[in-house]
Amino acid sequence: MRQFLRNTNVTFLAGAGLVFIIVQALINLGILNPYWQGVIFWGAAITMVSLGLNLIYGFNGQFSLGQYGFYAIGAYASADITYRWVRNDPSALVVVIFGSILALIFMLGVNAFLRRFYGVFTPTKFLLNFLAAVLGFFLAVRFVNPAIGQSLYQALNGLPSGISQQIVFFLALVGGATLAGIVSYLLGIPVLELGSDYFGIATLGFTIIVKVLLDNTDTILPFPEMKGARGMVGIPKWTTWPWVFFSFIAVVLVMRNLLHSSTGRAILSVREDERAAELMGIDTTSQKIMAFVVGSVFAGLAGGIRAHDLAFLHPTTFGFLPSFNPLIIIVFGGLGSMTGTIITGFFWIFLLEGVLRLYLPEGFETWRFVIYPIVLLLMMLLRPQGLMGRYEIAFLRRPLPPPKKEPSLAQKLIPEAGEVKA
Amino acid sequence: MSVAIEARRMEQRMLRRRNGMVLNRISQVLFILAGILVLYSVGRAAAANPTVFFQQILNGFQLGFIYALIALGYTMVYGIVKLINFAHGDVFMVGAFVSFFTISLLNLHQWPLTVWPGMNPTAATVLGTVTVILVSMITCASLGVTMERFAYRPLRAMPRIAALITAIGVSFFLEYFGGLPFVFTNNYITYPRPFNVFVLNADMIPPLWLGILWGMCAIAATVYGVLKIWGSRGNARAQAWQRNPLLQFGMLFGGFLGVALTIIWLTPRLVRAHFDLTASNAMLIIMGISVILLVILQYIVRYTRIGKAMRASAYDKPTSRLMGINVDMVIAATFALAGGLAGAGGVLFATAYNRIHHLMGIIPGLKAFISAVIGGIGSIPGAFVGALIMGLVEVLSAGLISSPMRDAVAFSLLIIVLLIRPQGIFGEAPGEKV
Amino acid sequence: MAKRSFAILAVVVVLATMVAACRPAPQALKVAILAPLSGDVATFGASTRDGAMLAIEEWNAKGGLLGRQIEAVVEDSQCEAEPAASAANKVINQDRVKFIIGEVCSKASIPVSEIATANKVLQISPTSTNPKVTVDEAGNAKPTIFRACFIDPFQGTVGAKFALEELGAKTAAVLLDQGNDYVRGLAEFFRDAFEAGGGKVVVWETYTAGDTDFTAILTKVKDANPDILYLPDYYSTVNIIATQANQMGIAAVKLGGDGWDSPELDQAALAGGFFTNHYSSEDTRPVVQDFVKKYQAKYGSVPDALAALAYDAANILFMAIQQAGTDDPVKVAQTMEKGMFSVVSGDITFDEQHNPKKCAVLLEVSPEKVSYRATVCP
Repeated sequence: MRQFLRNTNVTFLAGAGLVFIIVQALINLGILNPYWQGVIFWGAAITMVSLGLNLIYGFNGQFSLGQYGFYAIGAYASADITYRWVRNDPSALVVVIFGSILALIFMLGVNAFLRRFYGVFTPTKFLLNFLAAVLGFFLAVRFVNPAIGQSLYQALNGLPSGISQQIVFFLALVGGATLAGIVSYLLGIPVLELGSDYFGIATLGFTIIVKVLLDNTDTILPFPEMKGARGMVGIPKWTTWPWVFFSFIAVVLVMRNLLHSSTGRAILSVREDERAAELMGIDTTSQKIMAFVVGSVFAGLAGGIRAHDLAFLHPTTFGFLPSFNPLIIIVFGGLGSMTGTIITGFFWIFLLEGVLRLYLPEGFETWRFVIYPIVLLLMMLLRPQGLMGRYEIAFLRRPLPPPKKEPSLAQKLIPEAGEVKA
Repeated sequence: MSVAIEARRMEQRMLRRRNGMVLNRISQVLFILAGILVLYSVGRAAAANPTVFFQQILNGFQLGFIYALIALGYTMVYGIVKLINFAHGDVFMVGAFVSFFTISLLNLHQWPLTVWPGMNPTAATVLGTVTVILVSMITCASLGVTMERFAYRPLRAMPRIAALITAIGVSFFLEYFGGLPFVFTNNYITYPRPFNVFVLNADMIPPLWLGILWGMCAIAATVYGVLKIWGSRGNARAQAWQRNPLLQFGMLFGGFLGVALTIIWLTPRLVRAHFDLTASNAMLIIMGISVILLVILQYIVRYTRIGKAMRASAYDKPTSRLMGINVDMVIAATFALAGGLAGAGGVLFATAYNRIHHLMGIIPGLKAFISAVIGGIGSIPGAFVGALIMGLVEVLSAGLISSPMRDAVAFSLLIIVLLIRPQGIFGEAPGEKV
Repeated sequence: MAKRSFAILAVVVVLATMVAACRPAPQALKVAILAPLSGDVATFGASTRDGAMLAIEEWNAKGGLLGRQIEAVVEDSQCEAEPAASAANKVINQDRVKFIIGEVCSKASIPVSEIATANKVLQISPTSTNPKVTVDEAGNAKPTIFRACFIDPFQGTVGAKFALEELGAKTAAVLLDQGNDYVRGLAEFFRDAFEAGGGKVVVWETYTAGDTDFTAILTKVKDANPDILYLPDYYSTVNIIATQANQMGIAAVKLGGDGWDSPELDQAALAGGFFTNHYSSEDTRPVVQDFVKKYQAKYGSVPDALAALAYDAANILFMAIQQAGTDDPVKVAQTMEKGMFSVVSGDITFDEQHNPKKCAVLLEVSPEKVSYRATVCP
């Protein structure tokens, strides 16, 4: 029994369940008003985004500033799905879901095809994958949607409304995350080749391109319902605490298990020494893309959650200045520490959007952004490895053998004297 | 399944692979076709309405020369400390605000007239404007040094990400501290210009000016060419003279202003258009001041002790320290130079576009940084050329596609350049990283 | 040790928040004022706040409303959709406000109105002229959303008619911020009215908020050489476009909407231009002059239309609350739909879309001052 209790899985799940029940109870009792609920949901979303970035930068060593671009893609895609759904239009759902499936199939085909060649340049690879993705979505728009759109809508609406809503919301979240993943794959092929600083700049450029495109969704892109720079209104407010909680736990578990697997060790090895990892036979390019895509999928999922909590999306939310938030959170929490990211992520929103916003006297809200760079500077000077360093709670800690003790000089000279037998 | 069979299968698969060069050629052709399409559509627009096109080119130059001043700072700082100084765009903003206060509160742009009331008004305006720019430059230079001393220097031994995060922090601090109501305020402010802006059109340009400018350019180019020929024959003195800043000044100043004014002067005489090409005097002043500052910078970097020390430190810090160079001092000087240029850029930007704001530094700062990357980061001529390309691309995309898309095109340009030539136009190919 | 003190701190903060969340309902009647006190159009925010505060002080001096003092919760919503939405969420959920005066800008008022409708909070916007503020996508009036000003179809038509008839214009260029509902709506209504009246819009160019370089699109304007340059944006952007247009030698007459009304309008750059507005402080009616005097005594400046309409909006709201005799927003809204309210800008009744019927004035800009030109009624 004691053995059972000491099992970290059990303690973690029990703790998580307890948090779930407490928060749900507080919401039901009305103690947690909608504002504070929003703060918690927001904290969860930003933490998921930051966990994704930590996977890309903290664990894989690729300095990315593009996380908010994927966050935006996930948010807008899933919002568009539900927005059209509640207005009796299943096209976005069908296109995103089936388009993603087709695009993924075609991209797999292209990559299988490319594996038969050697010496293929990166731009070629990018071009073929890009064409495959475009073809997939084109087919979905042109053929799949007219064929099955209405019947799918009828079928789903045949279910009780509560259930069909949950299913659509689930599909919207998945669709947003998948779309973010596909875009990150396409972006990752060329830019991950560039290496540290240039990769950061290119992803920063990507964030800004996404923001500009969102500004123009109704003029240059054909999505009048997103209303461009005027902000998208009328998104159903479907995010509830169980959705937030379970997507959050899913992200944490996926990331933990990924990092504990052999793929995870390969990902870490790229951070430690790319050259050495390559010599050990690890395909560093595909590891980098792997981490990048998974991190972006997390961001896309978080975007869906956030969009359906806020019920209102605006491109400035995903602009240049806020796009540094996840980076600052993971640096505060400690690069390569999931625990640190989770704690800082929640605390960050709690402090900046909750406590400081409400309790600073009027006219002092702007001071928040004066104080926090100073804290950031002090942090960098005094504790550059972040609050947590690389500390993890037991559940998230990688199951490594305990570090070997360095044998003393005497032991080295007379091996029989000690018990060390390496 | 045994390991041997698996290995054999792998080997066979590897052997069956074909050369991917065919695919590469196909994709290259596709990329080149896309490029040709873009150039063709730009060319068609130019042919359809050449006056508008030339006017847009002039507008692009105006923007590009301002970007150049900021980009030079980025490239110098990156060259020596390998840090993307995100706060550089905000130094530019501070420069604009400092000049705003010196003009609106201190009336500094009119000091010559208050001291000597009988002075020639043109000379007084020139003197006043130069003073305003100098005050901004000095303030921004000291801001740069302060930033370096208190934010970046303590972190120099730490990983680069620490310095980068600090740069972001400094940038946020300057932006939002500047946004406080008692510092700069967070409103848009209409900028009082230090001199009156007027419009120059074809009739107002005396051909004599054109002659002088082209003469300057031609003489400088001829002397340069002659020296180059001598130099290639092994004449060391000619080689040294070849890099004389006066020659550069002659070529650049005469060339750019000459081209700009000639376009304005010539177009109505060649093309039957219903409107005149114009340039404001602000545009010409921006070009002139940028070229002058660029040449001064080249002089400092090439000929002075501190400039040589900068180049040495950029190349190899530990060795230059061993050679007796005070690297800390050199880095501080680099930040001072960069800050000064950004300050001048701020004044010129505010003068040209007439509005200042506490967040105005972000986007021009980023674009200037991209210009530096396009030109090859670490290279001074590269930053200059990159900035001009950036300005032109931005204005042309605003003119030909739509104004809101200009940022998207600018940043796509970054990604395309990084894919085709990651080291930039003037950059050296990166060595093997270990 | 550090860890424990950190934990204690966290607990204290959480408890403090909970306590704060459970505060007992205060006695005062809370009214939120959402106004852009900073950012692009800061003078709009200051005028709106001052006008509304003047009304609140007068009511409080008279003994309050329903026997309760009125307490203002002022939030800076920056004339941006996102800050306005979060400010609205804050005042509704945290401060438990049932009445909102604001926002000034349509693009901020629209998201606020969505939130207010969802929470059954009454919102009266003093100066948001876009039709979509009070009307939802299906074309029905949002039950608790009102405004105290005319709407853009009317304003755009007045501008277009003036251009065609008084100025004799044949062609117009329109520059608009595509991300701003007010600007975009006004531009579209102007275009429709102008083209219906026989004019031709030769340049239709968009830009993004915060742009500083307009030379590229102004070059196109210059190429088209129109009679009218219609700039339906707020004063801060209009100032810079006008300066750059003059710098390029564009001679077209500049025309605009109520967004120009600010003491910071660059009158030298816009000299010879005209704009449509809600009221003129030169109006000789006694009620207007009385208000101008009171406002000047308190704040030392002549009230602009923003201040006058904020004063009106607050007064309409308080009169309706008093007539309804309750602070239930839905009942107050019903009273407001039926009632007639005499305020500075006239006697106001609301139509079925919650818009008052009002006249517009045309003002002329000269380097020295902004003067009254004409009044146009629907």
